[in-house]
Amino acid sequence: MAEPILNVRDVNKAFGGVQALAGVSFDLMPGDILGVIGPNGSGKTTLVNAITGFIKIDSGQVIYKGRDLKGLAPHKIADLGLTRTFQVMRPYFSLPAYKNLIVPLFSPRARRTGGWRGGGRMGSRDTVAVDILEEIGFERESYVPYKNASSLPTGYLKRLELARCLALRPDIIICDEVFSGLSMSEMASMVPLMEKLQMEGVTLIMVEHRLRELFRLAGRVLVMNFGAKITEGTPDEVMANPEVKEAYFGSEEVFSYV
Amino acid sequence: MDILIYGIINSATLALMAMGFTLVYGVSRLPNFAHGALYVLAGYICWLLLNELGIPYILAVFIALAFVAAVGGAMYQFILVRIRGMAISEIIASYAIGLAILEGLRWGGLKGGTFTLAPFVEGSIEILGVSVDWQRLLVVGLGTVLVGLLWIFVNQTRLGLALKGMAQDERAALTLGIDSDRMAVASMALGSLSAAVAALIILPLGSIVVEAGYHVLIMAVAVCIVGGLGSWTGALLAAFVIGFAQILTVAYLGAHFQVVVALLAIIATLILRPSGIFGRQKELEERV
Amino acid sequence: MASERDGIRKERLDRGIKVRSDGVYCISSWREMAFLLSPRLLLIMGLLLMPLILEPAPYWQKVLIIVCIYAFLALGFDFLAHFVGLVSLGGALYIGVGAYISALLNTELGFPLWLSIPTATVLGGLFCTLLLWPCLPLRGVYFAIVSLMFPLLAARLIEALDVFGGTDGIMGLDGFANRWWEMYLLVSVLLIALFALRRLVNADMGLIFRGVKDNDQAVKASGISITFYKAVGVLIASCLGCFGGACLAHVYMWAGISQFAMDFSIIPIAATVVGGGGTLVGPLIGCLILVPISELLRDFGTLRIAVYALILMGFIVFKSEGLMSFGARKYNQFEHWVEI
Repeated sequence: MAEPILNVRDVNKAFGGVQALAGVSFDLMPGDILGVIGPNGSGKTTLVNAITGFIKIDSGQVIYKGRDLKGLAPHKIADLGLTRTFQVMRPYFSLPAYKNLIVPLFSPRARRTGGWRGGGRMGSRDTVAVDILEEIGFERESYVPYKNASSLPTGYLKRLELARCLALRPDIIICDEVFSGLSMSEMASMVPLMEKLQMEGVTLIMVEHRLRELFRLAGRVLVMNFGAKITEGTPDEVMANPEVKEAYFGSEEVFSYV
Repeated sequence: MDILIYGIINSATLALMAMGFTLVYGVSRLPNFAHGALYVLAGYICWLLLNELGIPYILAVFIALAFVAAVGGAMYQFILVRIRGMAISEIIASYAIGLAILEGLRWGGLKGGTFTLAPFVEGSIEILGVSVDWQRLLVVGLGTVLVGLLWIFVNQTRLGLALKGMAQDERAALTLGIDSDRMAVASMALGSLSAAVAALIILPLGSIVVEAGYHVLIMAVAVCIVGGLGSWTGALLAAFVIGFAQILTVAYLGAHFQVVVALLAIIATLILRPSGIFGRQKELEERV
Repeated sequence: MASERDGIRKERLDRGIKVRSDGVYCISSWREMAFLLSPRLLLIMGLLLMPLILEPAPYWQKVLIIVCIYAFLALGFDFLAHFVGLVSLGGALYIGVGAYISALLNTELGFPLWLSIPTATVLGGLFCTLLLWPCLPLRGVYFAIVSLMFPLLAARLIEALDVFGGTDGIMGLDGFANRWWEMYLLVSVLLIALFALRRLVNADMGLIFRGVKDNDQAVKASGISITFYKAVGVLIASCLGCFGGACLAHVYMWAGISQFAMDFSIIPIAATVVGGGGTLVGPLIGCLILVPISELLRDFGTLRIAVYALILMGFIVFKSEGLMSFGARKYNQFEHWVEI
């Protein structure tokens, strides 16, 4: 039985008077997909920022592969293999899609590992970039990898964001709302992509609002509200939990007035 | 004992110099690099009114204060407002204006050490065995009064509270109907006024020279960085820290090391605690 | 919008020849190649021939040297400001450091000129980067403030501590063998630097710099240290400035406090803004315009600084794209008014 790849223990973070994170704890086993859900403002993105080092936490621990991440800069954490996507994507719009992967491929980690699919030292960065895009669903034979990022629809942009993480050959990808803004057909091809990543050995944490698709993928789900973890369990357990319903929809009494 | 007295005086001087800069930055997030220029301008205007036009001292002082405040406000209203939000341009433009004023004054005749303002009160007094000029005491006294007035203004009056709101959260203030541009003009005017007050109290201790403009800018910036950009209490505290450090250096190492102290203070702050003593702003983190 | 009046708006279309010559196809016709190459050739040939052209007027040859030195600073400023995102307000720091180091190497350690200049370039670059290192992880305004203050402080330090020759400066440096050396060394290194930087910003590393400037969160999340690459940028810019400073010291055979002067801080900025930021060539053009004006205004003393400051301010506020971008636009596109 494996060790957890990530332990989050009792993490607290306050911004002035607002408690953004209140004693959040969970374990993540390698190869799992963990969903993180909760209403807007519940602290999901703050949690992601805290784990990946973009925010300093007030107290608590984040342990990744047995190593305490306290005080490490975000780029160092990414260098260790803990990557994340961004909700608001800002690729280089005037450049072709594959050029957007040059920056992560330039990083020390990518150069050590050869990037996704690379076997060791990296060859030409451009070739590796196009390879990664093909993996992620950009059809190679077409001209899509070479299109300017400004002309790509949302689905492709989300994939580009994932590709940015893949270039580092990560152990964990924390996906911050990758399903948002996708059309039904784009969604239909995104779900198998996440499954494929899981099969390739990447552990995923998915922060999401679109629950139906998330519940098909996630083995376990963590629910947050007002910065605290309300509950954790399988998708069924979580949906049956009355506290979760209350968090999203308000309590029974409210309904009776409606 | 003289270290204590001189230390207090020096710190008050520094605090006075830095008040205006910290005010403008705290409210509108605008680093006003013309701060030193406004300082010298105030002194020069007063001198002009006094010596060329024969206006009585008190009146000259008030006119100079009003003039510089107006210049500061106009600077924002006509020039800086157009480049609001573009950090690089704001810095360069305010720097350019300051430079234009200072070097323009130098060309216009502000050379040599003959430009002086008379102290408000002549003579000196003995405090705890140390001989202190009245004017220097005035620096401390008026400096404290100024800080007190500013505090009252910011916390009690409507305009002041609006400025404080702007400093804390510009967007929230906007939604409450506080016009950010008018506030910025007000804060620039107030900041320039502070610079002018500082000038008219401190300059009588020496003479009016263009170099003072650069010196004041350096000191104000040093105090603000050490205290934390945007924090008034921090600036006060930093003024005391640097002020005393300078006096101690003068006592034990020699007078020309004063500037080194400022430099070391800045570097030490940036390495050890970049946001300053009471800096409210975080560094490059905390972004959505 | 300035380009809209009632009922009509300005429309910009690429000129036919620009459309045809973009991309690979330009090799197909002499005319298209000429269109693309001529501005660049004009610049290169112009600069290379300038020393010869100015032969009958040695005063103006001196001016050319000064233009080149300022151009190094301006190039560094443009690179830092528009490609890395750091506003370096104190170009004088690089000049002063480069000059003093080269002077010290030359007079104290007996380094010959052709050794002291490159050494001063590298050492000076490292020293300046080290000085500015603490501000790199911080918000841009800190870098601007500190870079502005360092030359001011350095001048006062040297004066107060009376080291390195104090207010008199270090005298008795070796000079160049002759004027031609001075001019051609500066012009050729300048052109090499210009083209090297051009290549750099278009290469992969240039993408990283752009990321550092525009989207540092993503760069951090991609496992790259922002501080390191900012330092690399500063190193490049300061080496350029230190080279200029070292050459300056040997041209005048003297190094002194005035090399930390305001001129060196403000003219590169003004040149960049006037000539066009973000183009790397713009600052060069800006220097070609502003420095001769500066020399002509020398009689007016420090008024000329006030004048640049005002010009700079005017351009920043009203026409911040600069002449180069303006010119490039005119060259590549034509505009006409179209009815809405």
